[in-house]
Amino acid sequence: MKKVFKLQDLDCANCAAKMERHVAKLDGVNSVSISFMTQRMAIDADESRFDEIMDEVVKVCRKVEPDCRIVR
Amino acid sequence: MDGYKMSRKQRRQLIRIVVCLAAFAVLFAVDRVTDGWAAMIPGRYGWLLAFGLYLAVYLAIGYDVLWRAVRNIAHGQVFDENFLMCIATLGAFALAIYRGATGLEIEGFDEACAVLLFYQVGEWFQGYATGKSRKSISALMNIRPDSADVIRDGEVVTVDPSEVKVGEFILIDPGEKVPLDGTIAEGASSLDTKALTGESLPRDVAEGDAVVSGAVNLTSQLKVRVEKEFYDSTVAKILDLVENAAEQKSKAENFITKFARYYTPAVVAVALLLAVIPGAVTGEWSTWVYRALSFLVVSCPCALVISIPLTFFAGIGAASKHGILVKGSNYLERFDKANIFVFDKTGTLTKGNFAVTAVVPEGGREEILRLAASAEKDSTHPIARSIVAAYGKEPDGGYTLTDVAGEGIAATGEGGEILCGNAKLMRARGIAFEEVDAVGTVVYVAKDGVYKGALVIEDEVKSESAEVIGGLNALGCRTVMLTGDNARVADSVAAKLGLSDVKSSLLPGDKVGEVEKLLAAKGKGDELCFVGDGINDAPVLMRADIGIAMGGVGSDAAIEASDIVLMKDDLRGIPTAKRIARKTMAIVKQNIVFALAVKFLILILSAFGITNMWFAVFGDVGVAVLAILNAMRNRA
Repeated sequence: MKKVFKLQDLDCANCAAKMERHVAKLDGVNSVSISFMTQRMAIDADESRFDEIMDEVVKVCRKVEPDCRIVR
Repeated sequence: MDGYKMSRKQRRQLIRIVVCLAAFAVLFAVDRVTDGWAAMIPGRYGWLLAFGLYLAVYLAIGYDVLWRAVRNIAHGQVFDENFLMCIATLGAFALAIYRGATGLEIEGFDEACAVLLFYQVGEWFQGYATGKSRKSISALMNIRPDSADVIRDGEVVTVDPSEVKVGEFILIDPGEKVPLDGTIAEGASSLDTKALTGESLPRDVAEGDAVVSGAVNLTSQLKVRVEKEFYDSTVAKILDLVENAAEQKSKAENFITKFARYYTPAVVAVALLLAVIPGAVTGEWSTWVYRALSFLVVSCPCALVISIPLTFFAGIGAASKHGILVKGSNYLERFDKANIFVFDKTGTLTKGNFAVTAVVPEGGREEILRLAASAEKDSTHPIARSIVAAYGKEPDGGYTLTDVAGEGIAATGEGGEILCGNAKLMRARGIAFEEVDAVGTVVYVAKDGVYKGALVIEDEVKSESAEVIGGLNALGCRTVMLTGDNARVADSVAAKLGLSDVKSSLLPGDKVGEVEKLLAAKGKGDELCFVGDGINDAPVLMRADIGIAMGGVGSDAAIEASDIVLMKDDLRGIPTAKRIARKTMAIVKQNIVFALAVKFLILILSAFGITNMWFAVFGDVGVAVLAILNAMRNRA
C-alpha cells in the first residue's frame, strides 16, 4: 500500500536523505521517497502491518531529526 | 516568488544573527584595533576577559547547534553537521585557551565565534531560499477551490467541493473559481485559465460548453451541471501531480545524496589523521589540530545536498508558470537529453478538425454523404464527426454499426449494408472501386456491395507545427511522425513540416509497436519522447521514455499516463520545456562542479596551512549561498 505523508519542520536536506536511507532499511518497507522540497514522504509498505511499520518509521525519523514531525 | 514573507521563526533567527554579528563586530574591532581585551587585565590571565566575551557571543548564536549536537549523539547520529560544527568550534576554543594558558599570543576565540556565526547565516539563508522556492510552487496550489455553491431543493448551499455529487447544479459567481468540472447549463461568461494553462487570454464560454475546475469565472454568473466528483476533477488531478512532483528523483539528486553519505565521514577521517600523524611527528600539535579543525568546517555537504533539489524544484516551478507540468525532476533531467521526438499526427501536429473537402463524384454528394453519415453517426472519431457535420441533417437510423479496426465501419440494417472506410475495407469485401488520388483521408462508401463514391477529408496542420519541428531538427533531434493515415497523406504532411521520418498506415495498436522498435534501436544516452494528445495513446505515452500529453486540461487519462503535460494545446510548449530543462541541468552541473571544486580547494589549502579557519568558513557558507542563488536564478 502506498501512502503520502506530510513532514513538518523538515529543515535540512541532508537529514531528509538520511531519514530516507534509514526508513528504506526497515522491514516491510518496499520503497520510500522523501522530498525535502515538498516536505513529503511517499512510502510503500506491507499493507497488513502498515500502522506497525509507520510507528517504526516515526521512531527512526525522530532519531535522525528530532524536530521533524510526520503528520499522520 | 514575489511577496514571500518570512516565518516568525525565520524573523526571530534573523534578529538573533544580526544582534550577534553586531556584538561580534564590536568585540572584534576592540580586539584588533585597540590593544585588545588582554590589555585591560594585565598579567598572564589577560586572555580570560576576551575568552569570556567571545564565549558569551558564541553561546548566544550557537546554543541550539550545541543542543542539537548533544541530542543527536544521544541518538547515535555522530556525523551530524551540528556535531561537526561543535567539534570544530569547541576545538578552536580549546586551542585558544591552551595558547592563552601557556602564555602564547592570544588568538582563536574570534575564529570559533565567527565559524558558528557564519554557519548560522548560511543555515538561515538556506531556510529563506527554500521557503521562497516552496512558495512559488504553492502559488500553483492557489487553484484549489475552497467551496462550491450547490443548488439543493431550490436553495443555494455553500459546501465543500468534495461533497458535491455528479449531476447536481452549482452556481459560479464572477470572480470565483470553478470548483468542479462540468458543463454550462445556463449563462455565458469568460473564463481565465491562466493558472491552469499559462494562457493569459480569457476564454469565452456559453451554454453547453465544458468548464474545467481551477479556472476563474470573470464576467457573469454561470449555472453548471457537475460532471465529475472533486477527486476526479481536473484541479484535484493537477494538485495531486504537483504535490508529488518531487517524488521522482533525478540521477543528479541521487548522486549528490550518495556522495554526501561518504563525503562527511571521509573528511572527518582525514581530519583525524591530519591531527594525529603530523602532530606526533613534528610535535607541533596546535598547528596540526588547528588545520584538522578547519577540515571539519568544510565537512558539511549541505550546500550541495540542498542546491540540487532546489534547482530542479525551481525548474519545475518555472515550467508550471508556462502551463507545463513536469511530474518529477528525473523527467526534467531526461528531457534535457531527449533527442528522438515521436509525434502522433492527428490532434498533435494537426488540429484534428477534419472537414470534407471533396466528394467523388461530385454529382452524388447528397447520397454519398447520407450513406456515410448513417454509418458513422455513432462514432466519436474526428473523421466520422466531420462526415456527420458535412451532411448536416439527421442521418438514417436503424443500422447496426460494426467497427472494423483500421478499416472502417460496416452498417447493416433494413436498408441493406453500408460499407464506409478505406481502400483496405473495399478490397477485403471484394468491391470494385475507383482509387481516388488525393492528399487527405479518403473514405470510400459502398452500399450492398456496389461502390457509390468517396469522400476526401483533410486535416489542417497547426500553425506552430513547422516552427517547432524545425527548431527540434536544428537541435539535432530526430523527429518521427506516427499516423494511421495512408502514406500519401502522411508524406505530404511530413514534407510540409520537415519531419525526419514518418510511419504511416498504422493501426492504433501498431503505435506501441513502432515506439518499441524505436526504443530498441536507440543508442545509449538517447531519450525518446512521445508527444500525443492523450486520446487513445495512453499506452504509447507510458511506453516512451518521456510521454508528453498535449491539451491536458480536461483529459485526465493523458495527465495520468504522461510524464510531462502541456496544459495548453500548443506545441510551442516543447521548446519552452526544453529550454527550461537545459537551463536547469546547466545550473545543476555548475553547482556540483563549483561547490566540489571550492570544497576540495579549501581542504587542500588548509591541509598545507595556507588558509585559516576564517577562509574555510567563508568558503563553506559562501559556496552554499552562491549555489542557492544560482539555483534561484532558474526562473525562465
